[in-house]
Amino acid sequence: MAAVTPLLLLLLLSSAPSFSSGSRNAYNINGRVKIPQGLGLGTKSYALPGRMSNIKVLLNGGQNITFLRPDGYFSFHNIPAGTHLIEVSAIGYFFSPVRVDVSARNPGKVQAALTENRKGLSELVLEPLREEQYYEIREPFSIVSLLKSPMGLMVGFMLAVAFLMPKLVENMDPEEMRRAQEEMRSQGVPSLSSLLPGGARN
Amino acid sequence: MAIRSFLILFILFFFSSLNPILSLYEDQVGLVDWHQQYLGKVKQAVFHTHKTGRKRVVVSTEENVVASLDLRQGEIFWRHVLGSNDVIDGIDIALGKYVITLSSGGSILRAWNLPDGQMMWESSLRGPKHSKSLLLVPTNLKIEKDNIVIIFSNGRLNAVSCIDGEVLWEKDFEGESLEVQQVIQPPGSNLIYVVGFSSSSLFEMYQINALNGELLQHESAAFSGGFLGEVSPVFSETVVALDSTGLILLTISFQNGKISFQQTPISNLVKDSFGPAKIIPSSVTGIFAIKMNGVTIVIRVTDENKLEVVEKTNHQTSISDALSISEGQQAFALVQHAGDEIHLRVKLAHNWDDNLLKESVKMDQNRGLVHNIYINNYIRTDKSYRFRALIVMEDHSLLLLQQGEIVWSREDGLASIIDVTTSELPVERDGVSVAKVEHNLFEWLKGHVLKLKGTLMLASPQDIAAIQSMRLKNSEKSKMTRDHNGFRKLLIVLTRAGKLFALHTGDGHIVWSHLLQSLQKSKVCQHPIGLNLYKWQVPHHHAMDENPSVLVIGKCGPSSDAPGALSFVDTYTGKELSSLSLVHSIAQVIPLPYTDSTEQRLHLLIDADKHAHLYPKTPEAISIFEHEFSNIYWYSVEDDNGIIKGHALRGRCTGEVADEVRFDTRELWSIVFPSESEKIIATVTRKLNEVVHTRAKVIADQEVMYKYISRNLLFVATVALKGSGEIGSVTPEESWLVAYLIDTVTGRILHRVTHHGSQGPVHAVFSENWVVYHYFNLRAHRYEMSVIEIYDQSRADNKDVWKLVLGKHNLTLPISLYSRPDVITKSQSYFFTHSVKAIAVTSTTKGITSKQLLIGTIGDQVLALDKRFLDPRRTVNPTQAEKEEGIIPLTDSLPIIPQSYVTHALRVEGLRGIITVPAKLESTTLVFAHGVDLFFTQLAPSRTYDSLTDDFNYALLLITIVALVAAIFVTWTLSERKELQENWR
Repeated sequence: MAAVTPLLLLLLLSSAPSFSSGSRNAYNINGRVKIPQGLGLGTKSYALPGRMSNIKVLLNGGQNITFLRPDGYFSFHNIPAGTHLIEVSAIGYFFSPVRVDVSARNPGKVQAALTENRKGLSELVLEPLREEQYYEIREPFSIVSLLKSPMGLMVGFMLAVAFLMPKLVENMDPEEMRRAQEEMRSQGVPSLSSLLPGGARN
Repeated sequence: MAIRSFLILFILFFFSSLNPILSLYEDQVGLVDWHQQYLGKVKQAVFHTHKTGRKRVVVSTEENVVASLDLRQGEIFWRHVLGSNDVIDGIDIALGKYVITLSSGGSILRAWNLPDGQMMWESSLRGPKHSKSLLLVPTNLKIEKDNIVIIFSNGRLNAVSCIDGEVLWEKDFEGESLEVQQVIQPPGSNLIYVVGFSSSSLFEMYQINALNGELLQHESAAFSGGFLGEVSPVFSETVVALDSTGLILLTISFQNGKISFQQTPISNLVKDSFGPAKIIPSSVTGIFAIKMNGVTIVIRVTDENKLEVVEKTNHQTSISDALSISEGQQAFALVQHAGDEIHLRVKLAHNWDDNLLKESVKMDQNRGLVHNIYINNYIRTDKSYRFRALIVMEDHSLLLLQQGEIVWSREDGLASIIDVTTSELPVERDGVSVAKVEHNLFEWLKGHVLKLKGTLMLASPQDIAAIQSMRLKNSEKSKMTRDHNGFRKLLIVLTRAGKLFALHTGDGHIVWSHLLQSLQKSKVCQHPIGLNLYKWQVPHHHAMDENPSVLVIGKCGPSSDAPGALSFVDTYTGKELSSLSLVHSIAQVIPLPYTDSTEQRLHLLIDADKHAHLYPKTPEAISIFEHEFSNIYWYSVEDDNGIIKGHALRGRCTGEVADEVRFDTRELWSIVFPSESEKIIATVTRKLNEVVHTRAKVIADQEVMYKYISRNLLFVATVALKGSGEIGSVTPEESWLVAYLIDTVTGRILHRVTHHGSQGPVHAVFSENWVVYHYFNLRAHRYEMSVIEIYDQSRADNKDVWKLVLGKHNLTLPISLYSRPDVITKSQSYFFTHSVKAIAVTSTTKGITSKQLLIGTIGDQVLALDKRFLDPRRTVNPTQAEKEEGIIPLTDSLPIIPQSYVTHALRVEGLRGIITVPAKLESTTLVFAHGVDLFFTQLAPSRTYDSLTDDFNYALLLITIVALVAAIFVTWTLSERKELQENWR
């Protein structure tokens, strides 16, 4: 049982994340969450780099939950050998879950892979795959968007009818126009049902 | 032609302007949603009130939350929710800057930075055996200038450095049957006493050097009477215990290494003593309390180890821990109930007769009794001591008392919600109080002009702030009456403390709260548990004048045959209409689809002996029930035995007990899962009140598929026995997951599918004719979600028009579950990134609006995922027709679009459940997510196609109309002039 003290010392002194064996069949998983400085500076970010107190690291769907130290390191204690899943929950960032193999045969061996893109990790340093933007960005006001709105369309259509239709009628062949008028008369008033796409089938 | 093309054009434009993604702009936060943060019932509080800096109190709660609160307003500075099996054993403040927490049965020690809650270090402590966990932070005990924390846990005493969490020394207490009770560190010395019992009649004392863990002395002494329960330290070298009968108090002193017992029968102290007593440990020097049969007795220990009773009371009493106020002086607080007041007294430990403070505070009856009290002192400008007390009430609320007043209160009972239901608000009419919302036309116009300015980006920063506050303060949404769109409702929630709250959906304020008497500890019912909420009476049509009410179901104690308790609560006023203590137990509650003439819903309660009891017990209800007697079926799941059984009623019980409506039941069928290979881990049915708009589903090429819609479908998931553990404990070869669709009337298995190499936990949701479930795929080591859709084939040939015309169709045939259903199922699986805590599906009034799945992720966010992503007909390359139908090309994993998190940048910490309620407006559904936090929002899965959104710009519409009218006049005059010119020519 005296093995714990040197183990803890090692844990605190060594910066390299590793798996270290504690007692007979329980192991520790040590790792680090790193948020690159480039991310989250340009755009609005929710978890400021450096302030990571709200980031949680979860093992096997919440079986164990731990938090980050100021330098981003975390550790899970007393984990049995086997294949585990580590997830990072951080508002504003998307982290891929990580598959971690804790081997009983050769303790200390690092085997981790991102499950999203099957990328292997040589050491357990978790970085966000991307930033998450939870809000839509309001588009700046533009004439086009105003015209695209139903009201803009109404005005536009009215203008088109008022100014273009007479032009069209003017350019039309008089004979063709007469024919069209006759056709319209024979068809009668078009009912609304025939205009709807579904109505045509019946 | 022209009109048609115009219409098509218009529709096209109209739809192109719709964004397919449901999302929120940042300035819309708080318009329809609200978020409330809670902590849970406080089990320990530590004050931090140094002269400089903010005054705060650090608390740990039963929801495994550690938080720092502002002492002025009760606001949360920071908060951490630990894992569900990471129960906090103790907290304290060390070095004046770290919060130390001991959790997970004393195996994890963490230090948090007091100002901002950043975790500073974490240590794992192990030990030889399971034991009590004790945390001790000595104030001035240093090892090489290093302050230490003393922890006793798992049979080992540890001294840990405060600076970095390093274990400085450790000492095992491996004695076979040694049960350590207390660790005492006399202030000002370098000694630690560890006291405990071994082999039930031996008292053991270890004296340890605090600097290096060296054992200085070990003494033990036998006491033939044995010991019971806990010990209470009274002096640094004296403890008080009870003998095994609970009738004799033992004062055990171990001064100078000599253990001596002194026996005092309780009957000597109190004349009319009855029954065994229990020690209430306190840390106050020379004072402890015992409780027997509802009577609290406070006892003082004199210097000669004599005991004397200083107070004996029938009232509920709580004693705070000791607070050292000056050199050698300790103060403590006592709080007692008397009617609707509580009396708070602060006394000095060595002087019982004088009170430092005596105050009475009026207390709301709905808060129940005081469960815990913590005191803290502050020095006024005139150098006098004043006290403030933090009290934890029976309803789990937290209050700060100062100068005889409640400074602030927190309703932390809302952190542990058991069940939720909704209720409508009263209809607006004369006499019903309505918040003032009507304002004049000018203000209305001003508001819209401001909004227009905002749209046109002409608004100044002040204007933007004004717009924002105008939108948030919209008093319309928190009115106390029903609205046309059905957005305003009451959320009725039942908390673990047995308190019922009504929350307004508009802004989340508490409309009323009521502590249910039927769910309070009493002589008959020692451990009441709230179970469920049901809508008892939903008045509409002819019973409009009645108030709606809810039925609260509870039981006494955790065992399955504990008697049940019912309460009926009016949802408008929060008054308990009546309550019943049942003689029978409650195993299952079945709300029946029948109501009586006063719109009371019939409920069938099944007890542990498989008898059915009908409520309400009126003759009218019985006659309705007997009419539908043969149509009532239900099922029961016995997860431990792996059996699912179907039941029906047999007849009224012959041996009739007075005032009981009891029926015999019979077993119809049973499905027994092989216990060695399959273990039931999840069962899900459709929501009873779900509305399905159409059975037919038109697919590409004008084909029709008929959904198999039955209220009696049950989804069951089983896993291999080995795979029922946690992830990582099993290999893919040893684990499988089987999903079943079972008809609960006939017990017929309609569908069965095996997922090899998969394991639980399974979260599932059942709606219409589909079920979606989430599980873990061990081969890919990723989570997966699968969908099963079930279709009715017997109606598949009804597509022929001629058959319909000639009446040869079978659409009007009654559906019987006894006829062999001809069904086909379609299913598909996808990867999903996150672990899931809960899944729900949106529900709307008519069921026309497309559905969204609401997935509560492990990060405590709620993700809205369109059901179209979980459509078994998705293919890699959909045909043109399928694309038109809206089928999304198949991908191997489900997309996570950050904008579709309905909780946006918030977390619903400790998420446990998601509830959706339809609004009256078809497009909209109300979503309530609860855990330690509460979150509410409105969702429109297919956008609000049937109403204008809040930010619809009426001013722009007015301007357009004015412009159009003006244009008409201008063109009219222009054309007139032109005509005139034509005529002149």
